[in-house]
Amino acid sequence: MLDRLAERLPQIVVAPSFLLILVFVYGFIIWTGYVSFTKSKMLPVYKLDGLRQYTRLFSMDRWDVAYSNLFVFASLFIIVAIIIGCLLAVLLDQHIRAEGALRTIYLYPMAISFIVTGTAWKWMLNPSLGLEAYFQSLGWESFSFNWIVDKDMSIYVVVIAAVWQASGFVMALFLSALRSVDQEIIKAAYLDGASNTRIYMGIILPSMRPVFLSAFVILSHLAIKSFDLVVALTGGGPGYASTLPANFMYEMTFRRNQIGIGAASAMMMLATVAAIMIPYLYSELRGKKNG
Amino acid sequence: MANRDRLPGTDGKGRYIGRFLIYLTLAVFAIWYLAPLYVVVSTSFKDLAEIRGGALLSLPHEFNVSAWHKAWSQACIGVECTGLKPYFINSISMSVPAVLISTFLGSITGYALTKYRFRGANIIFSLMLFGCFIPFQVVILPMAQTLGMLGIANTVNGLILVHVVYGLGFTTLFFRNYYVSIPDDLVKAATIDGAGFFRIYWRIMLPLSPPIIVVTIIWQFTQIWNDFLFGASFTTGGAQPLTVALNNLINTTTGVKHYNIDMAAALIAAAPTLFVYIVAGRYFVRGLTAGSVKG
Repeated sequence: MLDRLAERLPQIVVAPSFLLILVFVYGFIIWTGYVSFTKSKMLPVYKLDGLRQYTRLFSMDRWDVAYSNLFVFASLFIIVAIIIGCLLAVLLDQHIRAEGALRTIYLYPMAISFIVTGTAWKWMLNPSLGLEAYFQSLGWESFSFNWIVDKDMSIYVVVIAAVWQASGFVMALFLSALRSVDQEIIKAAYLDGASNTRIYMGIILPSMRPVFLSAFVILSHLAIKSFDLVVALTGGGPGYASTLPANFMYEMTFRRNQIGIGAASAMMMLATVAAIMIPYLYSELRGKKNG
Repeated sequence: MANRDRLPGTDGKGRYIGRFLIYLTLAVFAIWYLAPLYVVVSTSFKDLAEIRGGALLSLPHEFNVSAWHKAWSQACIGVECTGLKPYFINSISMSVPAVLISTFLGSITGYALTKYRFRGANIIFSLMLFGCFIPFQVVILPMAQTLGMLGIANTVNGLILVHVVYGLGFTTLFFRNYYVSIPDDLVKAATIDGAGFFRIYWRIMLPLSPPIIVVTIIWQFTQIWNDFLFGASFTTGGAQPLTVALNNLINTTTGVKHYNIDMAAALIAAAPTLFVYIVAGRYFVRGLTAGSVKG
């Protein structure tokens, strides 16, 4: 009896963690999914009501803005962060003096909270006291940068701050990958007379495809979850011009007592994440088994 | 790339211009990354009159620490004028237990999953892994209900539970990826010698684990300390963590805006994780990449 218990020990040890995840992740997803099909407003009700919350959701301009903002924000954020991160990594790989110090400078934003980042950028971009006023007071009268209060531009301010925060991380990711490229191949290419640029564009960067993929996945994951940065930087405004789906969900659920719509929007976010993450995780796990 | 110096086209004038452009680009980016920090730090030492003067990028005339003092112990968050101090304590008493518990659970789960590949271990791991990547919006509502039922709504203990549960996926992932590279023979040999599950964990796995423990603790601490969503969703008033209190302080619309206090408050909130980053940056980077690249 005791022996059999000992044999089962690994399962017994894994059980609590697994049960927690099962209930708090998968059980809760089912719960939220269920509630999204009910009439729940301030309190959850459990009588099914079909797809009404989803049709209401899709007819709301606020959701439209939030969901299309997500694509504008995510695509710009991902592309620019990857370009900057990649550029910095390649440049840092050129036997740079003070590489360590520069790396520390590029990466530190990743250690601070989005609320702090938002606060700092909001202050810098404050139209009456920030950069705009500063350059004007220096005599550059026509200098204007008021995107943060412009409803067509405020989402791009969020992009700028998000890139500032995450591009150093992409740099770190690429730099460690650059350092693990097979040096023999590079030597051979040099001996063949290939130029530096050609070696990077033709050999090194293509061999780093998995890193591009990881960067893409992590950044898109960050983008979809973005919530705090918008709260601290623009408050979703002006109006609701710079809200993202996460802010929409919070607003509906906690401020407007529209739990049903909140749940429906959360399910839409989950579906968006799943469309990206499931294929990626599937290939990662399969790759591991084969390796 | 050791032999670049001997390459054609990389010497003479062209080389110097090239090097100059590289350093210039790197420096411009360094300024871009440092500018917000510089502005925030210098603003926090200015008095309000100087701030209203609009010289955003200039150094303060004299170093005035009163804003720091006020941010720490006097500034009003909501109706309570206690400064950030109680919320700082909240964040500490939330992060420390949550980090330790989730790290421990991750380590023993990772050990069991890699060294005892029982049936279903892979499925369990896959389910835990996907749990890392869900948008938390999808669990917030039921979590709020559950915390209420457990009687820990609006408490630091409630937040500890939340952070342990949603940190588990990552901590397990970190330890699993690390333990996979430890030879199974070590465990087999110890089993033949009669060592049991916990003995092997205690005597063999843990002594090999310090690097990954450091990585996990730093990762978890940064995540939990910087969290805003859970704090804002599950707490109000006195139980709020620091990030939520900071946001309330900054986005108060009543009265005169004290930008210097806001900036000092932001720096207080950022200080612990920045400190960890500067002291243990190497491990911090490893954590960021361990969560992403195949282990």
